[in-house]
Amino acid sequence: MNDWIDIGTLADIPQRGARTVQLGGGEKEIAVFRTGDDRLFALVNECPHKKGPLSQGIVHGHNVACPLHNWTIALQTGQAQGADTGCTPTIAVKQENDRILIARPVALSDAA
Amino acid sequence: MELQAGTEPLTGSGGNILFTGDDVREHLVLVGNGMAGCRAVEELLARDPGRYRVTIFGAEPHVNYNRIMLSPVLAGEKAFDDIIINDRAWYDDNGIDLIVSDPVAAIDRSAKTVTSHSGRTVAYDKLLIATGSDPFIIPVPGKDLPGVISFRDMKDVDAMLGAADKGGDAVVIGGGLLGLEAAHGLTLRGMKVTVLHIMPTLMERQLDEAAAWLLKSALEGRGQTILTGADTAEIYGDGMVEGVRLKDGTLIPASLVVMAVGIRPCVALAREAGLDVGRGIKVDDHMVTSDPDILAVGECVEHEGNVYGLVAPLWDMCRSLADGLTDRHSGYKGSVISTKLKVAGLDVFSAGDFSGGEGCEDIVLRDASRGVYKRVVVKDDRVVGAVLYGDTADGGWYFDLLKRGEDVSDIRDLLIFGQSFASGGGALDPKAAVAALSDNAEICGCNGVSKGQVIATINKGACSLDAVRAGCKASASCGSCTGLVETILALTLGEDVQSGPKTMCKCTSFGHDDVRREIVAQGMKAIPEVMHKLHWSTPDGCSSCRPALNYYLLCALPGEYVDDQQSRFVNERMHANIQKDGTYSVVPRMWGGLTNPRELRAIADVVEKYEAPMVKVTGGQRLDIFGIKKEDLPAVWADLNAAGMVSGHAYGKSLRTVKTCVGSDWCRFGTQDSTGLGVKTEQMTWGSWMPHKFKIAVSGCPRNCAEATIKDFGIVCVDSGYELHVGGNGGIHVRVTDLLCKVTTEQEALDYCAAFTQLYREEARYLERTAPWIERVGVDYVKSRIVEDDAGREALRARFLFSQQFMQDDPWAARAAGQDTQLHQHLVPAE
Ligand code: SRM
Ligand SMILES: Cc1cc2nc3c(=O)[nH]c(=O)nc-3n(C[C@H](O)[C@H](O)[C@H](O)COP(=O)(O)OP(=O)(O)OC[C@H]3O[C@@H](n4cnc5c(N)ncnc54)[C@H](O)[C@@H]3O)c2cc1C
Ligand code: SF4
Ligand code: FES
Repeated sequence: MNDWIDIGTLADIPQRGARTVQLGGGEKEIAVFRTGDDRLFALVNECPHKKGPLSQGIVHGHNVACPLHNWTIALQTGQAQGADTGCTPTIAVKQENDRILIARPVALSDAA
Repeated sequence: MELQAGTEPLTGSGGNILFTGDDVREHLVLVGNGMAGCRAVEELLARDPGRYRVTIFGAEPHVNYNRIMLSPVLAGEKAFDDIIINDRAWYDDNGIDLIVSDPVAAIDRSAKTVTSHSGRTVAYDKLLIATGSDPFIIPVPGKDLPGVISFRDMKDVDAMLGAADKGGDAVVIGGGLLGLEAAHGLTLRGMKVTVLHIMPTLMERQLDEAAAWLLKSALEGRGQTILTGADTAEIYGDGMVEGVRLKDGTLIPASLVVMAVGIRPCVALAREAGLDVGRGIKVDDHMVTSDPDILAVGECVEHEGNVYGLVAPLWDMCRSLADGLTDRHSGYKGSVISTKLKVAGLDVFSAGDFSGGEGCEDIVLRDASRGVYKRVVVKDDRVVGAVLYGDTADGGWYFDLLKRGEDVSDIRDLLIFGQSFASGGGALDPKAAVAALSDNAEICGCNGVSKGQVIATINKGACSLDAVRAGCKASASCGSCTGLVETILALTLGEDVQSGPKTMCKCTSFGHDDVRREIVAQGMKAIPEVMHKLHWSTPDGCSSCRPALNYYLLCALPGEYVDDQQSRFVNERMHANIQKDGTYSVVPRMWGGLTNPRELRAIADVVEKYEAPMVKVTGGQRLDIFGIKKEDLPAVWADLNAAGMVSGHAYGKSLRTVKTCVGSDWCRFGTQDSTGLGVKTEQMTWGSWMPHKFKIAVSGCPRNCAEATIKDFGIVCVDSGYELHVGGNGGIHVRVTDLLCKVTTEQEALDYCAAFTQLYREEARYLERTAPWIERVGVDYVKSRIVEDDAGREALRARFLFSQQFMQDDPWAARAAGQDTQLHQHLVPAE
């Protein structure tokens, strides 16, 4: 079972943009993305290439272009697209009555 | 008593109560005389007409009518009589006891009775709850003022018609299906309507951004004002609605406010009776609630976590319910939904899931000249979603493919052209389909070019798309036939086709120059508009085309275009340079490389206060503070602003620095005041967005200590005036400037600089610096525009200065004052 954390509302995240969440306790920073069609995705805020902060990239379709060297990362899977290879861990996210909830990463590592 | 169907309220209970106490049949009591409840009764009568004795309680004063047709009634296309589903005779003929205008107030489950508002108590064997939904009223001050109306039933329509009779302004809150239908009706009734929608695009749950943008333009064309991202703070008025105030302070006067922001399942009755209620009344596959003798159907129910707000699912539910009540067991399996907007002349269709996701492929067709946008989403060879705008004829077909989950791999390439194309004639290969076209078939609708003419042009030697465009104009206008022309090229020439100029990116078949030309020629005003009119093949572009389009629009529409932050590269969004560790560097402007103790002190203080690990003199004659966290940027900027410093735009496709040397004030060789001129030049050009970065330098003599001859615009002072140099680059490929001309006064130097900058801004491709641009167009061309054409130069200069009025706003100041703070802060988990 996932343990869900309330991190805010849809309106807190710009469309085609992202916000970051720090859970503390040594957890890596999480980037929560909102796409042009209002879907939500959460990834560890580190590019598989050289740890670029993905939250700062340009969001297009269901992808984000890393701000450091422009790799394209699929938001759904965390996979680098095209010729590049690498993967960023994803975090479960859901919306309940306008609130955004993300799965606690501990639960995630249990599930994995 | 014979009751007339009409807006005249029915009164009290129905006339002939056929079934009295001695009727031994099971008694079915229905709460809610609406669409789902009555349909359930119809289904039941169709299966087993005599099985149940039926009593219906309705809160409204009417017989059962078609609620979805309230929109045409409001618009004046239908009268109430036209939308009645079951008239009084139906109730009588089927022996149904109808009690109107008397809502059920309570259910006693142990006694198995219901009691109405007026105190009538009726016993049931089976109870069916079909109470529908309540309109959601946003809890703002003034929501209860007279003149605030929801859009749910005939009473609301009557109230709107009453208000519309007096004319004036109406505000509709909510840009979804319901709100837009209300706005349409009120517009037709002569009111001036403003729609307020809190989301960035209309009908966001049904439409993608492209279709929503088309819809918005069409509605605006019909005279409505559509405000998106509009958050209502208050409805104001003294005893009566007078208007709406938004959170940003905007006041919109109105004598009528329609709230159409959504609906909530009407569950109070069920909840008080202790039934299991989530978002709606929880039911199983036969619409039975947590009490086996109580059923529920329609918008008030929740089935497997889903609640529905459209009629199609209700029909499915009613079938399963009636099956269950007559001992057949089919079971409801949930519904897939499609939506159409009922606004005359605007065809909008959406179905399924068009939000994409892993493994989803978008097939997009845009035909701007016909105002058509179609997007079909395919996953694992199956249609999973569709959005159609302008031509919805194939909506039913796509919906059918979607519901049946049919494998579409065989017709994949023709799918987007619709049913007649995709299933016709067996010509499933698009190449074969084009080959099969006759020579007279029209290829380019805009320029009326036939297939025969395209082939003739190719046979005369045109072997690229561009050459065909030049030769016969096919695909030279809107570009929607580009694919067809390319296929004809491939069919005619085989291997010999030459690929055209590079397209902007994989989202479009147009090159940068075409896009820029069309933006200006067609007066386009927004990124989704460009993507639509120029047939983008992706829903919202990519990280190469979006920043380019944002710049092209910004350049074409100074003061008018609203910058799209999300289409900017991180540095331009954060107004600082991102570093490899995710921190930022901050470079304040130092005009012409000059500084003073106050600025230096402020920089020193910032370095200490924010523990910046490094501060360094840049190659651009100013100071760079490194390692600032995104959270600290606004505070750093506030401190720098306080000492009079503004953003140096060291991060932007924009004017960077103006380097200077000491010049005539101090240097023994100086011929002119190069420092002073540098400061003036920077004050004129700072803040301007460009295709790429742009650097200027002013040297006081030909010794050129400011390295002016490797800058985008360089000024070298000489005794007799100023040499103006252009197109230099000290970067990857060092390029020495070309001499543009020589002028005699400072003012001329500034005027030429402004004109040259504007020519570059208007004509270079995004991410093309002046050096490659001049290599491409030739320095003679630049001279012809700047040196030889006095009027042209003056016009360029004027356009530059006009645009600068809007650009010279320090972006740091706004952020330091609290704008866009969310860009700098983390979300805080609520724990
Ligand atoms: C800070 C600075 C180096 C320094 O410490 O001196 C610098 C730093 C960067 N330069 Fe530069 N350039 C700096 C002066 C220069 C100069 C010298 C000059 O301006 O006189 C040049 C050569 C002159 C020219 O541009 O023609 C220069 C040519 C480049 C180039 C190659 C451009 C080209 O057209 O070939 C790039 C790459 C690019 O822009 O694509 C680049 C890119 C960069 C970037 C932005 C790399 C990046 O994308 O992150 C560096 C950002 C570091 C940071 O985070 O601050 N930098 N860069 C200089 C800032 C000047 C300023 O005050 O704004
Ligand atoms: C203007 C408008 C346009 C629409 N357009 C479309 C469309 O184009 N396509 C589409 O699919 N859907 C459309 N809908 C939605 C559609 O009308 C509803 O999905 C449908 O009416 C739901 O049926 P229902 O029986 O659940 O609720 P309703 O039809 O609302 O019936 C519920 C009835 O129960 C009554 N009631 C409530 N509480 C009590 C009580 N305690 N006692 C007695 N009676 C009670 C209510 O007064 C109401 O008459 C539209 C709706 C509106 C308002
Ligand atoms: S020369 Fe290279 S390493 Fe040095 S600042 Fe410029 S881009 Fe960075
Ligand atoms: S760190 Fe993301 S592309 Fe290099």
